[in-house]
Amino acid sequence: MQVTAMHFKRKASENLRNEKLQKALEKLQTKFVDGRAVAIAELPNFGEVRDAAAEIRDKVIRSLDRYLLRFEQEATARGAVVHWAETTEDVNRIVAEIAHQHGVHRIVKSKSMVSEECGLNDALETQGLEVIETDLGEYILQLAHEPPSHIVAPVVHKSKEDISDLFEEKHQRPRTVQIAELCREAREVLRPGFLSADMGISGANFIVAETGSVLIVTNEGNGRLTTTLPRVHVAITGIEKVVPTLEDVTTLLRLLPRSATGQSITNYVSVLTGTRGKDESDGPEHFHVILLDNGRSKLLGTELQPMLRCIRCGACMNHCPVYQNIGGHAYGWVYPGPMGSVLTPSFVGLENALDLPNASTFCGECAVVCPVKIPLPDLLRHLRTRQVQQHLRPWQERVALRLWSWMARRPALYALSTRIAARLLRIFSGSEKRFHYLPGVTGWTDERDMPAPAGRTFRDLYRERHSS
Amino acid sequence: MSARENILARIGKARGPGVGVDSDDVIRRHPRGPIPPLGNNLAKRFGEQATRLASDVAPTATLMDVPKIVADYLRERQLPPKGVCWPSLAALDWQGAGLEIESRAAHGDDPVGITGAFTGIAETGTLMLLSGAQTPATVSLLPETHVAVVEKVRIVATMEDAWDRLRREHGKLPRAVNFISGPSRTADIEQTVTLGAHGPYRVLIVIVGGSWNE
Repeated sequence: MQVTAMHFKRKASENLRNEKLQKALEKLQTKFVDGRAVAIAELPNFGEVRDAAAEIRDKVIRSLDRYLLRFEQEATARGAVVHWAETTEDVNRIVAEIAHQHGVHRIVKSKSMVSEECGLNDALETQGLEVIETDLGEYILQLAHEPPSHIVAPVVHKSKEDISDLFEEKHQRPRTVQIAELCREAREVLRPGFLSADMGISGANFIVAETGSVLIVTNEGNGRLTTTLPRVHVAITGIEKVVPTLEDVTTLLRLLPRSATGQSITNYVSVLTGTRGKDESDGPEHFHVILLDNGRSKLLGTELQPMLRCIRCGACMNHCPVYQNIGGHAYGWVYPGPMGSVLTPSFVGLENALDLPNASTFCGECAVVCPVKIPLPDLLRHLRTRQVQQHLRPWQERVALRLWSWMARRPALYALSTRIAARLLRIFSGSEKRFHYLPGVTGWTDERDMPAPAGRTFRDLYRERHSS
Repeated sequence: MSARENILARIGKARGPGVGVDSDDVIRRHPRGPIPPLGNNLAKRFGEQATRLASDVAPTATLMDVPKIVADYLRERQLPPKGVCWPSLAALDWQGAGLEIESRAAHGDDPVGITGAFTGIAETGTLMLLSGAQTPATVSLLPETHVAVVEKVRIVATMEDAWDRLRREHGKLPRAVNFISGPSRTADIEQTVTLGAHGPYRVLIVIVGGSWNE
């Protein structure tokens, strides 16, 4: 997928003024944030499970190669073919090769964020292959030619009226705004695709080293159809998604749906191992698993290593005051919100995503809700440090920080100048005691007024209280 | 060097030489994580949780009762009295209850699919189905109505218990283990939960072996 993270500020400003988007984002807060809170409260030993989950993910990441090799060995023994891909281009090439090898024309896909990383659909379409997204949200986006704006609810930015318009235009059926009818319409349009497809492509929420299995969690059933009906199944996933055992994956499953959508379990959890047996009447005859690196192994041994624990639940973005206000598209790549602000610079280069580590108030809510205890604010702070070290910040910011640091080391001068500044700002603010415009900080004043200082500094007040 | 070798080399370099040497041992022991407290009446909890997740639950004494329960369920909802069942359930008297049931994998237009279940999981009210020649996976997936028959004595507390039973009774995993917790659903449009997406619109769980409240 093309990276547009460099336009973050402009897109964030546009989205703040987009009333329809703002209304859509409100729903995310009420449904997902409240839903998670209820689901977590219903798990009496949540804290214990969360500690165990973080430890499972850490254990794997510390010796990732050993678990990947075991997975490869077990999967191969059951008749799957395991492919390794260094880059997204490698994934696209491998999938196209598998398709040609098996004489594939039509492909159905269930939701896979890794395939979004790869821009897989476009790559396959240029090879003359037909690709149909079957997750309702992803299908809507495919019709609208838009990227997802959330990793769990990809079409959160669209209203049901938008979707009604789109379906009316593309399906040539009578228009409906009833959500249940829209869902049935998508089912009826997509069912023939499932029944006639030669290949199904899925992601993997986890892969299990013990059994060589691919595990997917879904609600709609499209993931099951995609991995059951076509004669070829290709699962694409990141190398970090491996877990040691079925018990480990069970612990993680107690947290993933609760953190993502507030469900105690998703409707379907499918554990897929090997190919169709000789006497079986359904299931794929060929099973390929593609393990993608694309920058993941480079995080090992660095301060960003804890990011590899991520199980892609989306809780960090649901709870992020920045994401809640600007939506996912502003982040400019596959992964939005706090996890995206760490992953995007890591995968596409810090210089291509300069604003993302700064797109955080450091309120810390993302770390609080993370089911695998990723210290997201610490990782974002680390990326900010790297930006400064690599001279990637604008000169105005660097000069301003240097000036501030020089002043801060001279307490008397600092006290004097803040006192003058506070008084001047108070005088210039006029009778309203607010600024509608301040040169240099229009990012603030474009969206809201800047309250004027009361005229006295923190130090003045502190001294006064402690002397009385 | 191949992609595989490059990736493994990078990971190996970042990992300390002695780290994770016990990985095969961890897998052999497969220790359990923390288990939530669940109470003693597993069948009751299974039924309650399944109901919460929008499954319909019907307890019954014997397997012989299942065709009549299914027939009544379909009639009450004005659903077509025909479909497919797992070959393992073919011997039941479907015809006697007025149902037209074929024993095979499902096609795209079969209205009802009747399956057994390897076990039920009390923690979340979840059915666990194994794929196989006698238990095709499409039967619980393609029809708009899924009926699952679970033996009360086979209900376990947690997914961990279910894995242990699977290891004990089958040794290895079938091609597909499907955990099912209610009708297929989507909340993709305006985060509004809608039952019936690409899989069944309704799930009837028949618990055989007496009332689940006992």
